[in-house]
Amino acid sequence: MPAVRRVTRRVGLPCVGRMQPEKKTMIEYRIHGRGGQGSVAAAYLLAAAAFEAGFTCQAFPAFGAERRGAPVMAFVRIDEKPITLRSQVRNPDFLIVQDETLLLDPTLTNGLKPGGAMLVNSRKTSDEIAEKFDTRVVAFPATDLAVKIIGKPIPNTALLAAFLALTEHVPQDALAGALRGRFHGATLENNLTLIAEAAGAVEAGAWKETADA
Amino acid sequence: MREALEGSLAIARAVALTKPDVVAAYPITPQTHIVENISKLVADGDMHTEFVSVESEFSAASVVLGAAAAGARAYTASASQGILLMSEVMFNIAGLRVPLVMTIANRAVGGPLSIWNDQSDSMAVRDSGWIQIHCISNQEAVDTTIQAFRIAQETDLPVAVCMDGFVLTHTMEVIDMPSQEEVDAFLPPFEFAGALDTANPRSMGTLVDPNYFAEVRHSHHAAMGKALAKIEEIDAAYAEVTGRASGGLLTVDGPKKAKVGIIAMGSVVGTMMAGREHYGGEVGEARIVKLRSYRPFPAKALRAAVKGLDKVIVIDRAISPGMGGVLGTEVSAVLSTLDKAPKVYNYALGLGGRDIPETMYRDLLTTIEAKDAPRFAVFDADLEKLPPEDR
Repeated sequence: MPAVRRVTRRVGLPCVGRMQPEKKTMIEYRIHGRGGQGSVAAAYLLAAAAFEAGFTCQAFPAFGAERRGAPVMAFVRIDEKPITLRSQVRNPDFLIVQDETLLLDPTLTNGLKPGGAMLVNSRKTSDEIAEKFDTRVVAFPATDLAVKIIGKPIPNTALLAAFLALTEHVPQDALAGALRGRFHGATLENNLTLIAEAAGAVEAGAWKETADA
Repeated sequence: MREALEGSLAIARAVALTKPDVVAAYPITPQTHIVENISKLVADGDMHTEFVSVESEFSAASVVLGAAAAGARAYTASASQGILLMSEVMFNIAGLRVPLVMTIANRAVGGPLSIWNDQSDSMAVRDSGWIQIHCISNQEAVDTTIQAFRIAQETDLPVAVCMDGFVLTHTMEVIDMPSQEEVDAFLPPFEFAGALDTANPRSMGTLVDPNYFAEVRHSHHAAMGKALAKIEEIDAAYAEVTGRASGGLLTVDGPKKAKVGIIAMGSVVGTMMAGREHYGGEVGEARIVKLRSYRPFPAKALRAAVKGLDKVIVIDRAISPGMGGVLGTEVSAVLSTLDKAPKVYNYALGLGGRDIPETMYRDLLTTIEAKDAPRFAVFDADLEKLPPEDR
């Protein structure tokens, strides 16, 4: 994993081999979690929020053994242009890790772009986790917050809110809009409370300028 | 209206817009969400359809055969082993010239067991006499599903809309859903001249002796030939109403001066386009032929599409063991009548859900530069995983 570099551009790989490279606008995300934590739902919510904010989007799971507790991955791409690529996300700009036991998986950060970053659902400090990884890390106790506010250990919406607060890729009200498209009643109200609190718990815009270059 | 939707939900809603009289289906991965969503639409009162829960795919196909034969607009969906279990009925549906529509959520066929995407299932029923149309995106899958009902009733042929399992069915993306008014303007009520009628009794599916069987097959083959023009016409008619076409029989995309072409079906076409955008400067910009109508096979359009090419790479998402790629073999056959036929390099890839990265574009184009490039290979097989005697 190359060393973290200071960031200069908002996103993207330069197009390879073009005389005049088009500006690449696609941002790619990989969500790691365990069955039951709502990783696929998180991917769909992130994509739906991006759509609410005017982007094109694509979200899909990597299907494996479909059972609670099994490691699962889901992928999201957002862009200003139509997305034709269908492969799994191999070189994400960002990782969202819903379960800290997955930090033990040596392949977790495979392909993460230099200048990328990783948000981890954990009670540990960001520094504690960061010392084992060659990328920027923010740790955030999303499960605790979810238990406190919605009464269930499902960290996905809290993590998304924190993630969007850090990156500012998509405004928080777009995430709220995506939640309204998926949930109703008390579940919706509780999740809206949860995302508002989660968004305020991290440094706003800390990952706004990201990079790879 | 543009919405961010999971492919399967979008297909369920597209089917609802066509107002089918009867839906019968048995759930199987990765088609399950389509059936679940239709079931929910019916249960919620948003879709007025006789939804028949059946105990197997054989029954699902039998129910829609009977329903369409009785004059009902009918729909089913399946994948993989489900298609194999339907296959006997599928041959009957087509052979009896019963118009209905099915979604095939393309998946590998066991054994060994695989739930993941390739196109072995639709290839296995290639010769059943169904129209088969492939989609590269969920937008095309939605639009093609609606078109399929009109194609079916204007040709008296069943239509299978093929969409890659998981890669499309489980992907949320931006889809412009047509309105009910648009679909009503495009799709007339179901009419089937051959439908059974108690006022004018006749039999369907009776024994056909050797005096007539060849004629039945001849007329079926001829009907498939005539369907080529219908598929194009109906795509154009759909575009008039919605502003979107899905590409007729096939579409050609890329530089006119290209010397290398890629011919493929389904979602891999999109990945090749992304690959060309990234690696075109490095390895050259190929002409990409998106084959939409697989049956009927658009031989004439394909010959025109390869004009000026020296080499074509045909991507197969299935394999005929002992022969090679099915699509590649057919492309070779139809191009053989050309005076200057391009060399065909046929590569099977993405079998059983093997991910197809955009670097595949670069790897394919680099491979065929070699003089001794194989004319067929399971391209992304890692031979190191096999014992030496199997390589």
